[in-house]
Amino acid sequence: MRLRLVPETTDIDFFKYRRSTFGVSMVLMVLSLVVWAVMGLNFGIDFRGGTTIRTQSTEAVDVGAYRDAIAPLGLGDVTITEIFDPSFDEDQNVAMVRIQAQEGQESVTAETIAEVETALQQVDPSITFPSVESVGPKVSGELIQTAFIAVAASLAAILFYIWLRFEWQFSVGAVVALFHDVVLTIGLFSLLQIRFDLATIAAILTIIGYSINDTVVIFDRLRENLIKYKQRALQDVMNLSVNETLSRTVMTSGTTLIALIALLILGGDVIRGFVFAITWGVVVGTYSSVYVAKNVVLWLGVKRDWSKPDANQGNQFANIDA
Amino acid sequence: MLNIPLWKRVVIWGVVALGLLYAMPNLFYSRVELSNDAEAAIEAAGATPEREAAAGAWPDWLPSSLVNLGLDLRGGAHLLAEVQVEDVYDDRLDAYWPEIRDALRDERDTVGTIRRQDAPAGELRIRVSRPEGMARALEVVRGLASPVTSLSGVGATDIVVAGQGDEIIVQLSEAEQQATDDRTIRQSLEIIRRRVDEAGTREPTIQRQGADRILIQVPGIGSAQELKDLIGTTAQLTFHPVLGRTGDADADVPPRAQLLPSMTEEGTYYTVEESPVVTGEDLVDAQPAFDQNGQPAVNFRFNPSGARKFGDYTAENIGSPFAIVLDEEVISAPVIRDHIPGGSGIITGNFSVEESTQLAVLLRAGALPAEMTFLEERTIGPELGQDSIEAGEIAAIVAFTAVLVFMGLSYGLFGIFANIALLINVGLLFGLLSMIGATLTLPGIAGIVLTIGMAVDANVLVFERIREEMKTARGPARAIELGYDRALSAIVDANITTFIIATILFMLGSGPVRGFAVTLGLGIITSVFTAIFVTRLIIVTWFERRRPKTIEV
Repeated sequence: MRLRLVPETTDIDFFKYRRSTFGVSMVLMVLSLVVWAVMGLNFGIDFRGGTTIRTQSTEAVDVGAYRDAIAPLGLGDVTITEIFDPSFDEDQNVAMVRIQAQEGQESVTAETIAEVETALQQVDPSITFPSVESVGPKVSGELIQTAFIAVAASLAAILFYIWLRFEWQFSVGAVVALFHDVVLTIGLFSLLQIRFDLATIAAILTIIGYSINDTVVIFDRLRENLIKYKQRALQDVMNLSVNETLSRTVMTSGTTLIALIALLILGGDVIRGFVFAITWGVVVGTYSSVYVAKNVVLWLGVKRDWSKPDANQGNQFANIDA
Repeated sequence: MLNIPLWKRVVIWGVVALGLLYAMPNLFYSRVELSNDAEAAIEAAGATPEREAAAGAWPDWLPSSLVNLGLDLRGGAHLLAEVQVEDVYDDRLDAYWPEIRDALRDERDTVGTIRRQDAPAGELRIRVSRPEGMARALEVVRGLASPVTSLSGVGATDIVVAGQGDEIIVQLSEAEQQATDDRTIRQSLEIIRRRVDEAGTREPTIQRQGADRILIQVPGIGSAQELKDLIGTTAQLTFHPVLGRTGDADADVPPRAQLLPSMTEEGTYYTVEESPVVTGEDLVDAQPAFDQNGQPAVNFRFNPSGARKFGDYTAENIGSPFAIVLDEEVISAPVIRDHIPGGSGIITGNFSVEESTQLAVLLRAGALPAEMTFLEERTIGPELGQDSIEAGEIAAIVAFTAVLVFMGLSYGLFGIFANIALLINVGLLFGLLSMIGATLTLPGIAGIVLTIGMAVDANVLVFERIREEMKTARGPARAIELGYDRALSAIVDANITTFIIATILFMLGSGPVRGFAVTLGLGIITSVFTAIFVTRLIIVTWFERRRPKTIEV
């Protein structure tokens, strides 16, 4: 007996509630932007400079005592968070201490770090410091810029590639969907105040990569069906295409999610934020491929006469065979 | 129909076998690593029985390249240093001052007396008492300029001279600034590399980044502070008066003197005065050269303060030796033959050409050319790295098993085929990573896990397509063929877009993020290869053997 997540043939009308689904997407996007504007992002030291010290101890973490020990040093904003992870041993207690970038210094000096470490050792003699990272404000400013360029360049490259291989309407639809995914991810990170650092940017780019993958597969089928069924209404052809590829969409998202959830639970706390972003992105990306990208194409309309030989047609790779 | 020519089958299996062969050393990571280390040690320091035994633990004829582990997995220190290249401009101008002064003094009748003025950084200002002689003064100073040899600055000279009222303003030309920056960075890299190599750590990364930055990553070092101590301190180069020479390592020394060993002659010691005449910090440049007799020698140049001290000392001590000392070792102790004014001089001795070149390198490498500020410092403890590897391994195994089971349940026999291809895919990915010497980081492991999830996509596309074609096509062979043909454009488009993203990530990212981009990008290549070649070959081979009337996908 085979495991079938999706029946052999489906005939779901994905565009029945297209106004409301697209509306919900837009509302969520606006909400994300509002949350981002109001709550801001919990930038890691990559983006705002400063130092993080990871502490590990056999004693329980006492955030208050840590704070009291560091306060007399007058280092400004210091955040201390205890970290829990299923992969930790029983007597492994981990916390992160984050110190803001110090006025007029390129990076937090070794003396400052040594002072903090000594202060913490007085609270808890068994404490060790498995990692210490320090980023100067100059670099963090550049990293923000690079991150912005990376996301913008990815969107532009995809806009161009899809336009090259399909039609401009597809290209717009794909990029709106990707923009939707990016904004929703940033919104979630802002809402939950998850640390936003360089790895998060990498995750966002991965989301873009995954989401476009999904969108393109459905576009590809849509193009094929548009050639096959010249007379049917665009909405019907789209529905057919989404239904035909539904089984594949669910399978691929399924296997990717299985892998990601394994990583999310067992992969350790260091990359949890990164994996969380990608996991969220796979869910949002799969949704947006159907409900955002296709909706945009539906509204923009698309060329229906594919009879002319077209250089952009999708079979130029089809003569590769094994 | 489903025919695949024999040569293609051979090529496909050949590529798979080669990839797996290259991946294999990673299964015996520590053994191969010890063997590689031993081989490197034999090459560097000669063979010993222990080293031979360690090197022999992994056979020579097998590939021995491994996936490098990034700092976040192995532990170590990471520094991003910015070299203050502008520091060097003023030194260069200062070094010009005595030359300009001497030249202008010869023209005293037309330009009058000259005086150096306080000037903003990067400028040398000289006031002349007779502004009417300015034209001649500028001409004289311009005459001192020497051509810059660089790609961009053909025909350019190293200084720009301008007159303003009664002041001469000398600046480095743009071409010279670029050339100087470039030289400064390269010297810094060289010095840092020398120092890190001396510390004897494994596979340090010392890279230039952008115009004026250096990235230093040293696995296995205790902390970023330790690394900073190593490369941030300027190597001590000093010039000392020599009081005596002896072969006795325990010879008595007079007060305010010290006994230093010779670097080149074993068993020779010099008694030198404790306080140096000049230090390497005053040295501007050193170049291998030849003296008037055609003997190899080293030209050197001091900055003004060094030049004055050195000039005075040499004038008073003609005929006596002085010691050039680097890190408490006497490089050489030449005899002063002449008064050396103007801050430049020549060191002669019984040098061969190689020795003079080496000495010049040592003199230049003695001091870092410019100060460095550290923009980014990261220390990752080895335990944290080990924890990350363990967590990543467990997660990867669980993810892998889950995907295998899921695929098997969903597609039956074809699922098993896809699973074999998936195993090959991961093998090929590791083979490729080892072959190009890529660095595996923690996000890189995430990239592999993500690839495992996404790699099945191409197979899923094909299988779903075969299912569809089974409804209409005549016979399973035709369905398989059509399935592959029609799924191809979707596979290619979907993977090219993801590959574009991986490329952008690779170009803009650094460190761990770049590691992720590498595994993601290579993962796309191997997964497309296995899906459209390997799985297909497996299915066709199976089909040929069994000739099933109907297939169930």
